[in-house]
Amino acid sequence: MTKQISFFMDGQRVTAEPGESIWDVSRRLGRTIPHLCHKDHKDYRADGNCRACVVEIDGERVLAPSCRRQPEADMKVVTDSPRADKARKMVVELLLADQPDRAHAHDENSKLWQWAERMDLTESRFPQRSTKPDCDSSHPAMTVQLDSCIHCNLCVRACREIQVNDVIGMAGRGADARIVFDLEDAMGSSTCVACGECVEACPTGALLPARKQQFDDTTVNSLCPYCGVGCQMTYHVKDGHIQRVEGRDGPANHSRLCVKGRFGFDYIQHPGRLTKPLIRKPGTVKGLSENPMDNFREAGWDEALQCASGGLKSIRDEFGRYALAGFGSAKCSNEEAYLFQKLVRQGFGSNNVDHCTRLCHASSVAALMEGMNSGAVTAPFTAALDADVMIVIGARPASNHPVAASFIKNAAKSGKTLIVIDPRGQGLVRHADYHLQFTPGRDVALLNAIIHTIIEEDLINKDFITNRTTGFDDIKRHVKNFSPEKMSAICGIDAVTIRTVARTYATANRSIIFWGMGISQHVHGTENARALITLAMITGHIGRPGTGLHPLRGQNNVQGASDAGLIPIVYPDYKSVEDDAVRKIYEDLWGVELDNKTGLTVVEIMAAIHGDDIKGMYILGENPAMSDPDVSHARAALAKLNHLVVQDLFMTETAQYADVILPAMAFPEKTGTFTNTNRQVQMARKVVDGPDGTRPDWWITLAIANGMGLNWHYDGPEDVFLEMKKTMRSLDHITWQRLDDEGAVTYPCPGDDVPGDDILFGKSFPTKDGRAKLVPAKSIAPDEMPDDDYPYILTTGRLLEHWHTGAMTRRAETLSSLEPVATVSMHPETLKKMDIEPGDMIAVASRRGRVELRTRIQPEVPEGMVFIPFCFTEAAANLLTNPNLDPFGKIPEFKFCAVRVEKI
Amino acid sequence: MAPANKIKPKEFYPKGRGVDDTVLAEVRQILHDRALGRDLLIEHLHLLNDCFGELSRPYLAALASVMKLSMAEVYEVATFYHHFKITDALPGGAKKITLRVCDGIACELAGAKKIYADLAHRLGTEVNVIHAPCVGGCDKAPVAVVGENQIFGATTETVVENIKAKRTEPKVPEYQDLQSCLDEGGYKVWQNILQSGLDADKIKSELDRSGLKGLGGAGFPVARKWGFFEKAKGVKYVCVNADEGEPGTFKDRHILESRPHQMIEGALIAARVIGSEDIYIYLRDEYSGVRKILTTEIKALQKSGLNADIQIHLRRGAGAYICGEESAMLESIEGKRGLPRNRPPFPAVAGLFGKPTLIQNVETLFWLTDILTNGADDYINRGRPHFYSLSGRVKNPGVKCAPSGTTLRRLIDDFAGGMADGHTLKAFLPGGASGGVLPSSEADTPLDFGSLDHLGCFIGSSAVVVFSDRDDIKDVCRNLINFFKNESCGQCTPCRVGCEKMATLIAEPQWDKNLIDELAECMRDASICGLGQAAPNPVISSMRFFGAEKS
Repeated sequence: MTKQISFFMDGQRVTAEPGESIWDVSRRLGRTIPHLCHKDHKDYRADGNCRACVVEIDGERVLAPSCRRQPEADMKVVTDSPRADKARKMVVELLLADQPDRAHAHDENSKLWQWAERMDLTESRFPQRSTKPDCDSSHPAMTVQLDSCIHCNLCVRACREIQVNDVIGMAGRGADARIVFDLEDAMGSSTCVACGECVEACPTGALLPARKQQFDDTTVNSLCPYCGVGCQMTYHVKDGHIQRVEGRDGPANHSRLCVKGRFGFDYIQHPGRLTKPLIRKPGTVKGLSENPMDNFREAGWDEALQCASGGLKSIRDEFGRYALAGFGSAKCSNEEAYLFQKLVRQGFGSNNVDHCTRLCHASSVAALMEGMNSGAVTAPFTAALDADVMIVIGARPASNHPVAASFIKNAAKSGKTLIVIDPRGQGLVRHADYHLQFTPGRDVALLNAIIHTIIEEDLINKDFITNRTTGFDDIKRHVKNFSPEKMSAICGIDAVTIRTVARTYATANRSIIFWGMGISQHVHGTENARALITLAMITGHIGRPGTGLHPLRGQNNVQGASDAGLIPIVYPDYKSVEDDAVRKIYEDLWGVELDNKTGLTVVEIMAAIHGDDIKGMYILGENPAMSDPDVSHARAALAKLNHLVVQDLFMTETAQYADVILPAMAFPEKTGTFTNTNRQVQMARKVVDGPDGTRPDWWITLAIANGMGLNWHYDGPEDVFLEMKKTMRSLDHITWQRLDDEGAVTYPCPGDDVPGDDILFGKSFPTKDGRAKLVPAKSIAPDEMPDDDYPYILTTGRLLEHWHTGAMTRRAETLSSLEPVATVSMHPETLKKMDIEPGDMIAVASRRGRVELRTRIQPEVPEGMVFIPFCFTEAAANLLTNPNLDPFGKIPEFKFCAVRVEKI
Repeated sequence: MAPANKIKPKEFYPKGRGVDDTVLAEVRQILHDRALGRDLLIEHLHLLNDCFGELSRPYLAALASVMKLSMAEVYEVATFYHHFKITDALPGGAKKITLRVCDGIACELAGAKKIYADLAHRLGTEVNVIHAPCVGGCDKAPVAVVGENQIFGATTETVVENIKAKRTEPKVPEYQDLQSCLDEGGYKVWQNILQSGLDADKIKSELDRSGLKGLGGAGFPVARKWGFFEKAKGVKYVCVNADEGEPGTFKDRHILESRPHQMIEGALIAARVIGSEDIYIYLRDEYSGVRKILTTEIKALQKSGLNADIQIHLRRGAGAYICGEESAMLESIEGKRGLPRNRPPFPAVAGLFGKPTLIQNVETLFWLTDILTNGADDYINRGRPHFYSLSGRVKNPGVKCAPSGTTLRRLIDDFAGGMADGHTLKAFLPGGASGGVLPSSEADTPLDFGSLDHLGCFIGSSAVVVFSDRDDIKDVCRNLINFFKNESCGQCTPCRVGCEKMATLIAEPQWDKNLIDELAECMRDASICGLGQAAPNPVISSMRFFGAEKS
């Protein structure tokens, strides 16, 4: 189907592009044929059931659905014949018969009513049905009113084919057929994850957001603030407030969204929004309290900034440049990240700048830099659609990157092979061909066994190894003792499965690897990532469409923040701070001598505070008082600081330790560029004004810098971006204007008028010799193994509905109502053994802390393990976690420590 | 909506209703080591339904888990088919018997409404009493089905007696089994192919000469259909449509209950000619006796090795007339709801599992074997015979083998012993519920493919139902439209809403002819499949020939 097709439409000869339907051609030529069950989006299959789009085709007995029908050469199509017109109008009249009248419609401006209006239909001559389905308002985010359902099945396609959550079905038959959730359960009790794709797809108002909608004043195109997918969205604004959000067709999301992006925008209006700078009252104790506002007094911006910058300056002057440190934000823009690291380097005088990547993919990036000298993905997650085999290891994208997961599911549904490697069950498992539920912490044993198989069975890509890599012999030697048969007992996967998976991955035409925190958040995180890199390299599954290495970046701008140099060991674009030539460039640009020693990382900084080395900090949009491991130790460090400046939206746990709190604007209240996990740089625009009293983050950082005597001048984020372009080659050919016009440009970009490169390293790697370096992965046990005193493994992570420490999402009404309570998830047998019921209050304790929380029964969690998400302050999981670090990435072992579980 | 389970605070459980471990173990045990491919969903639903007499939601959740499907996928399939009853029980008690009282047109003429009312009143709660659409026993109307046991000429008493005696197994009539078939000279053509090789061209030209048309209802020339497969490459399938469901039709049942191997031989030959290694026989679930016959005979055939390298799969319908529509049948074999497909692509290009598929009706294959065994000339000389199912107000209803183009008059007078006593011919259905209603003045018009086009009617599957002066044409229409309303798959607006509205419009004493005409035009012009396109026919022809719109 690659040829154009010439045919006749309404007497004129026209041409269809390959793949176009009659409907597509008509629309392209200016006439939109009525349609209800057809959604004009490339990902939505045309179903042809409503018949509102039927046209006449010469020689055919019945009318044809133009949305589905592809023209053939010389076909004669008539779209406006009386016969077709009558049929289409009758279809709509039939559908109107059972609708509430327009004045009482659930959505009087729905597509159905719009088309009725265009056909001059206001009512139906047909008798209405006597029974009507009830309203289902059991779900906090969405209302189901099936009296308006026209059986178009768009919601079914949305749920089953687009997002593949598979909750919605069309049950029954004939006029009694009806939309159902699961086994005809209430939506609120079903497995629905509230992605809202069905609401977006519904053309009649049968499925609507629960919030009553009014006509918008305006719409603004921007992005989602949550995860590294970087969905493009359209914000609908009324009376200066965001009313609703709609998915936009961005390269990363194809108009899809998840529950957080779609229903979690109201946190910015939470009454807890900080709107005035706050200065700590003297004599108050730094720590978490019931009424933290009591510890602060309101102040004007001038006073607060004076206090903030003054305090930092005096610590620098008194105790030296190494006494200060800064945590920038992975949720602020590229410009804001750049300014922050510039402030620390130019103003504080050291490289003590870091951000939460340290707690996330630091080990992955360490391995990637070591192996390929590149700290980013080699292919976007949409490459899954081109792959034959996908490995998802140590990642739970259905919870944490739901839109990315939808593409993985699309690929699996279309017949591609999916291998999920996770000690826990998860949303992707049902679609997977293999689920390796291996022994927690034994990833390297498993991965090396896979590598061993590939080498032993001669499934390697010899050409690729010879021409594109170094170090293969080291690998070969190293994995000799890692046969599947030997490793089986250690990693808990039988040898046959290990070999099968190895063969499947290696021999496929195109294989791709996705990974996440299960790989990185270990003391052997870098070893784990080394093994994954080796897998891709020895099989040549990199540098081609459908292949590569994709560490799923968590935060919406963690990639951008890292690229902008918010890291203690590198400048922007990962250039070493110890590299004299590079340092000189920045010294010239910033007009000051710069420190040539690498700085401290997040967890090291906490230790340094305890060691009295660091006395002052500036923390922007980070919440280490919830996100750091062994968090009571971290909190004690924060309390110990002489001077802590915190910049955020809310009185977060970290803010409660501050000396000065500066109220910042939220994501939709400012403009800037953001870089997602796919290396797509995208423009986020201001949608609404920030509350009176708040300031954009870049403005505040600028003010602090000037308060420290740096004499900066920037008119706005665009100015900053221009400066970034001076030294960052990754931004070549990417201008602010381009981002504003195009919405997204991938880096690296080879020219001003061409798209950026999705797939990298097809010919060489950006290393000195152009080759990738293969490094053997050592099998290191997790740092704190279970023992008699602490017999369970605690693993921590996230939930679908909450974002990280909960600062935003616990203040978003819909999201917090979906997951309101802190729970510890345990296998049914574990509950049985301890004789506890779901919902019972229990205590989980490690050597470092103790939390009390309720149990949740969860068969996905293996026996011997318990899972606690780190978003609930009342049962902060990080009170328990182990702060010991991976030696290369300096990332703590969030995924594994020893705990005991007690009834209380 | 499903009743809420015992109230559990949602926060302490995974989302959704989850799967009960005991039920899961039970379902695993019932499935034993059966394959779990998606297309076997309906087969597995039958397994559970046969076991428990119902499908309760915990079991559906467990089945979904075992088959790695979502609950919604399983539920929407289970609820599409009439024979699956969804409950919330955790089965434990004794299986309740289901009594289906046929409300097909022939049975309605024979007093089905009263029998239903009597039985519902009498048996009420001990037995599950429900209506059923035409069960293919029209010549023995009225029919009531106790479990899988069809009671012919049912009366309240005989039904109650069968229920009391728990006689729920189907009756299997005497039929020609494999050995008898071979002894009586059957499988001659097939064995010749196996021994001497296939002369596909000869077979196709013989078929072409014979003019054999598809006898399931569409009347498509068989040789022409086989021609579509000449260029088809790769895996291909043959499907036998044994989902005989057109009200008034029972000829395929007759063939399968007497000479099943004549059909099977035809299927084997067809498979060989087009190059297929798999035959799927899709059998309507109401023909439980036939299911036993085919299961036994397929096994015997496989044991004998006569099927060569061709696998024959028997698939059960589950109570949906629409699955007789060929593309809906394919959907059902694939384990999905029986929704007809938009075409193109046609089955010859992308059919079962997306592969080129040849679909033929049972009777078509029966005559195919006859033609290839005895020659096209013999078939032509006998007047291209086929089976008319004759029922209604005649003395001797039943399957009548007659030349194509036989008239109603001849069928009644020469084949059925005349009208039933006290009945004068008034009207008839030439082709079941879909072919329209004709007046007695058309009793001498040949009944053949195309011969009734000028009357806006057709013979379809040759299901001829005869009405007398005792019958109300309006009520006949109501029965037939009600049938279409119940059997509509619901996919497209003109049929789903159209049948429902049509039924309401004709329930009135006086009909709005103009509105009905407009509605009929839309249904004819814009429905996806023949059900919606043909559904208005009884009403349109009743208005045309009987002025039925008047009160």
